[in-house]
Amino acid sequence: MIELTTTRHNELIDPIVHVWGWEIPIYLFIGGWVAGMMILSGYFFMKGRGKEYHCVCYRIPLLALGLITLGMLALFLDLEHKFYVWRLYTTFAVKSPMSWGAWLLLLLYPTLFIIFLLQVPDWISTRWPILHSWSQKLRSVKAITKIVGMVNIVMGIILGTYTGILLSALGARPLWNSAILCILFLVSGLSTAAAMVHMIAKERAERELLARADNLFLFMELLVLALFFIGLLSSTNVQIQSAMLLLNGPYAAVFWVFVVLLGIVVPLFIQNLAVNHKIIHTPVSPIMVIIGGLILRFIIVSAGQFSHYANAHFIR
Amino acid sequence: MARFAMVIDTVKCVGCMDCVVACKTENKVPEGFNRDWITTDAKGKFPTVQMEIRSERCNHCDNPPCVYCCPTKASHVHDLGGVVLVHHHMCIGCKACLASCPYDARFIHPDGYADKCTFCIHRVEKGLDPACVAVCPTHCMYFGDLDDVESQVSKLLLERKNHALIPEAGTRPEIYYLI
Amino acid sequence: MEFISRRKFLKIGGASLAATTAIGNAKLFDSKRATELRQVPTFCDICFWKCGAIATIQDGKLWKVEGNPKDPLSRGRLCPRGSGGIGAHYDPDRLKTPLMRKSVRGEEEWVAVSWDEALGFIADKMKKIKADYGPEAMALFSHGIGGNFLKHMLKAYGSANIAAPSFAQCRGPRDVGFKLTFGEDVSSPERTDIRNAECLVLIGSHLGENMHNTQVQEFGDAIAQDAEIIVVDPRFSVAASKAKYYLPIKPGADLALLLAWMNVLVTENLYNQDYVTKYGFGFDHFVNEILPFTPEWAYPETGIEPDLIRQTARVMARHKPATLIHPGRHVTWYGDDAQRSRAIALLNALMGNWGVKGGFYYPVSMDIPGYPYPEYPHSERPKVDNPDNKYPFAHETITNGIREATLTGNPYPIKGWLVYATNLMHALPNEKETIQAIQNLDLMVVIDVIPAEIAGWADVVLPESVYLERYDDLNVEWFREPFTALRQPVIDPPHDQKPNWWIAKTLAEKLDLGHYFPWKDIEEYLSYRINQAGLSYEQLKSEGILLGEKQPIYFSEGVPDVFPTPSGKIEFYSLQLAQAGFDAVPKYTKPPQPPPGYFRLLYGRSPVHSFSRTQSNRILMDMMDENEVWINQDVAGRYGLKSGDYIRLKNQDGVVSNRIKVKATERIRTDCVYMIHGFGHNSRMLKFAYEKGVSDAQLITQYTVDPLMGGTAMNVNFVTLELEA
Ligand SMILES: Nc1nc2c(c(=O)[nH]1)N[C@H]1C(S)=C(S)[C@@H](COP(=O)(O)OP(=O)(O)OC[C@H]3O[C@@H](n4cnc5c(=O)[nH]c(N)nc54)[C@H](O)[C@@H]3O)O[C@H]1N2
Ligand SMILES: Nc1nc2c(c(=O)[nH]1)N[C@H]1C(S)=C(S)[C@@H](COP(=O)(O)OP(=O)(O)OC[C@H]3O[C@@H](n4cnc5c(=O)[nH]c(N)nc54)[C@H](O)[C@@H]3O)O[C@H]1N2
Ligand code: SF4
Ligand code: SF4
Ligand code: SF4
Ligand code: SF4
Ligand code: SF4
Ligand SMILES: [Mo]
Repeated sequence: MIELTTTRHNELIDPIVHVWGWEIPIYLFIGGWVAGMMILSGYFFMKGRGKEYHCVCYRIPLLALGLITLGMLALFLDLEHKFYVWRLYTTFAVKSPMSWGAWLLLLLYPTLFIIFLLQVPDWISTRWPILHSWSQKLRSVKAITKIVGMVNIVMGIILGTYTGILLSALGARPLWNSAILCILFLVSGLSTAAAMVHMIAKERAERELLARADNLFLFMELLVLALFFIGLLSSTNVQIQSAMLLLNGPYAAVFWVFVVLLGIVVPLFIQNLAVNHKIIHTPVSPIMVIIGGLILRFIIVSAGQFSHYANAHFIR
Repeated sequence: MARFAMVIDTVKCVGCMDCVVACKTENKVPEGFNRDWITTDAKGKFPTVQMEIRSERCNHCDNPPCVYCCPTKASHVHDLGGVVLVHHHMCIGCKACLASCPYDARFIHPDGYADKCTFCIHRVEKGLDPACVAVCPTHCMYFGDLDDVESQVSKLLLERKNHALIPEAGTRPEIYYLI
Repeated sequence: MEFISRRKFLKIGGASLAATTAIGNAKLFDSKRATELRQVPTFCDICFWKCGAIATIQDGKLWKVEGNPKDPLSRGRLCPRGSGGIGAHYDPDRLKTPLMRKSVRGEEEWVAVSWDEALGFIADKMKKIKADYGPEAMALFSHGIGGNFLKHMLKAYGSANIAAPSFAQCRGPRDVGFKLTFGEDVSSPERTDIRNAECLVLIGSHLGENMHNTQVQEFGDAIAQDAEIIVVDPRFSVAASKAKYYLPIKPGADLALLLAWMNVLVTENLYNQDYVTKYGFGFDHFVNEILPFTPEWAYPETGIEPDLIRQTARVMARHKPATLIHPGRHVTWYGDDAQRSRAIALLNALMGNWGVKGGFYYPVSMDIPGYPYPEYPHSERPKVDNPDNKYPFAHETITNGIREATLTGNPYPIKGWLVYATNLMHALPNEKETIQAIQNLDLMVVIDVIPAEIAGWADVVLPESVYLERYDDLNVEWFREPFTALRQPVIDPPHDQKPNWWIAKTLAEKLDLGHYFPWKDIEEYLSYRINQAGLSYEQLKSEGILLGEKQPIYFSEGVPDVFPTPSGKIEFYSLQLAQAGFDAVPKYTKPPQPPPGYFRLLYGRSPVHSFSRTQSNRILMDMMDENEVWINQDVAGRYGLKSGDYIRLKNQDGVVSNRIKVKATERIRTDCVYMIHGFGHNSRMLKFAYEKGVSDAQLITQYTVDPLMGGTAMNVNFVTLELEA
């Protein structure tokens, strides 16, 4: 029998660490999602298939631009000392993923902006003809499209990985203390991005291709999840306990039902039927995938804060 | 170079919280928050119980993740004694440092910045002991320089069995508990 | 799962909390800002230990209170309550102006009045009481040094019916037991030489939770010097965790254990024979009486294995005379308290430690003359509290005796109460009796700093300035070394609060007793006394403390070895007791046991609170803001309870408590529950403290009166656990 008591009662810390509420999971989710989108659109750009895959190439980056702004807003909302936010950009802290992230987010804007320039929507170009002429110039050089694609892929990978590293660098929380977390978030980002495309794409071919891709990503996500847990379970006691939080602890119900079953397995099944034309394509499964991805971030952020080195939680 | 550390004798500590009250008034720690706190760790079955009482606070780690993860360098290692401090006016309140501390030693001050034990550097710089050390009625806390082999903290660590908290987290904590 | 709302909610809560207190939000490292610091020495009043303190004022605001390094009591370190003393000054729930009752007693409805009106009203009533019933019909309950001038006022008025709960609810039985044995009592601060003890026995004294400063500091010293510590307590106290031997005694069986220990010491010839031969009286008698009480006899009573009893007795003997069996302080437990304390005194005598290093020293003090007042009027009637000397060994006034007389009108009626700095609703057992007694009064005045429960029953409530805002009488202490300490204001009172000396003097003037207060103000009084002693008042003001010459405190240093008992010796056999019809050598009677399903209610101290007086101190409440009920882990399991659950307690008389948080723990026996005294306020004016935790006093409807001295034993109540539906 161990009786551990503390007299500490700090807000956000006791009895369970809860420094990050909804803002950070949203931010991480959006980050992953945008990363997935960038990789996907980057891929098709690189392949020079912007015409056939119009949605993923031209609509998605715009969406990403909006989303990443929302993500940054969520991050900003989470700050407790908001007026000092500019301090992020007076320094670069090499060891701080947050600092990397802050600068990375800044770089995303020009990258995404260039894609935007590659095909400026009509209603904008009529208003600002200058954009149109820039767009013309850019498109006249073939290599630019390729380079933009590559840059997008690279940035996407960095961004997607970063959302995981942000957590896994915080060694105090055993659940996050896994290098696989960044791959998990990356793959989940890809699956949610693909889901987004095959939900909103107008062309049937594009929808189906992306749905197939999504199935691949979902399958990979299952594998990575398994790896993630195998890694934790084969580590120290605190890591095992932290894995148990999700596997059969307080977070297990949500994890198994919303992340694994409804977020991965069921959509995988539905989409598999859809791409094989057994059933018609509906937005149901991509929505499930997206929500699953969102809940994954919530659950990892929350359970991660719950997981602790001191192992036993205080009785108060 | 100095390397400040605290050595706390759990054999003498009675868990009276005087160290907590003294910190509160000295540092005007706002209501509802603690820079230091008491942990009681009781094991066994009545009446055969063993109990360790510890006065805990930021460990001013030698390998401080809270400093590394800080995006603005508000969290930093002070020139004197390796004390880990926060520049309030540089902190954006992102809470990465709160999440990175295995000891949960930090909190967000109602004014928005990350706050925690400062080892009472404002007193130490004047040659005083930290407030918690200076008040302890059982005289069970010691503050000093580990780089000075003649200091009381160095000697106590040589003479007495001791442990630090969660060494496996790898932060190299600088508060030692005599047992 | 709670992803979202909790933290913002807390955030708002936390921010508004911080905003309402004075301690929030100062910019700390704003070193550029020039701050003006001022330090004033004084002494603490959060309890009666009176530690020397130094207050620091920063830019006109009270910042902190620290120990005065010159002070022998605090040795420069206050206890947590003293360190949190600024909370008393900043308490937003303080009394601010004099109040007069609007409707019936106990309804907390008031009108604010001027001091002149309030004191005028009181003076008129007191004159009428004097005319109708005689001056003795006025009684004063007063606890602490702040009451000195009011006591003087009441004596001048003609009444000696003045009592404090520190006798009949606290240390009375101990002092009687020791006085009967050694001829002198243990007094306060206790004359225990803990610092030099090689073996320290604590019987319920929960040092470390009981934070009487010097004792805790010396306890630390003793631990550091590897003293062998033996702790007897039904609860695994903090002190128990420091002990080599922990004896988890069945509550109420301590006297049986003490007899068994003495039996071992005597039968194994382990006691201090030289000492006993030299100083003992009636030892043979004592030996004869103690013989039947073997460890085997004690085992079923105490639950302590005979081997352990023998072993611990031998440990004590090994370190004699530097073995100190602590006499305890709050000892009003079971009704056998004076006799149990006498047994503790005898056990100490067997060690031969009275007047000896590591035992009990002889306290010394400075010779500071009193103020030359006119003589008090002579009273025809003896004090009201102890008619016909019913409690022959009570050497101080019995609070509950005054209450009883107020209730019954015998031996004569009591018609007015002045209550100074004692919350009788929490301090006296059976609050119903107190309330009934109050209904018989013509005048009920409470002088307090916060609207405590007792104030709710007053006709007039007078707001006093807190100790940091006033002068008080000198503390001419009896201690290891002689010293005198000054309490002086460090900051102004925030509202219309006045110090007790001013209240006493002004009231006396209104009672036409002004000539008893011939000094203009208290500084004239204080400086007169100090100057008469040939000392410098200015020095006292600037240093807070004047130290006297070191004096001998042990026999070995030249203290004369006289014992002011009838026999002039240590009375192993007490003729006085025998003559009064009591056991001359203590005997054990088993106290009533809890019926099935009931648990004995025990209580004690939190290191961060003093009785019922600190629950509106926001700093101390930040340390602990409600009490918990300690329940043995197995018992809790049986009831399906875990730590953090809320339950209610119901006592044998059907009184049901507030909600209280469960602490399921391995640190207590299965037959009792435990809580911190002083919580569970039901005065609505105590906005912050209101209904936080549970009041032990409310559940203490039963009490056993000590036949020797009239003390009220309170560990005799039983409760059941009432689970929330
Ligand atoms: N149930 C139960 N009863 C007990 C005890 C117990 O543990 N449990 N303990 C017993 C013991 S050991 C003792 S010593 C007594 C203590 O009994 P009390 O001395 O009556 O203790 P408190 O309950 O703190 O009440 C003190 C009152 O004085 C007020 N006060 C504080 N400072 C000042 C001041 O500067 N000026 C004025 N005018 N008023 C002030 C407080 O606000 C409070 O209302 O209680 C005894 N009764
Ligand atoms: N922090 C703080 N310190 C204080 C005070 C305060 O209010 N706050 N008040 C001061 C005052 S005036 C006093 S009188 C003292 C009181 O403090 P003490 O005299 O030290 O202790 P008590 O209040 O008598 O007893 C409480 C302890 O006795 C144990 N106990 C209960 N029943 C029994 C029993 O039958 N046998 C034995 N052996 N133990 C038992 C309880 O478990 C608990 O550990 O504290 C003083 N110190
Ligand atoms: S002040 Fe000293 S004895 Fe009290 S809890 Fe703190 S470290 Fe322990
Ligand atoms: S204890 Fe925590 S806050 Fe303090 S230095 Fe170590 S990691 Fe940082
Ligand atoms: S909360 Fe402040 S100190 Fe902590 S990591 Fe963020 S910016 Fe740095
Ligand atoms: S060193 Fe200073 S800041 Fe740190 S806990 Fe002690 S009193 Fe508080
Ligand atoms: S023991 Fe604590 S509360 Fe009592 S006088 Fe000393 S410092 Fe004040
Ligand atoms: Mo007491």
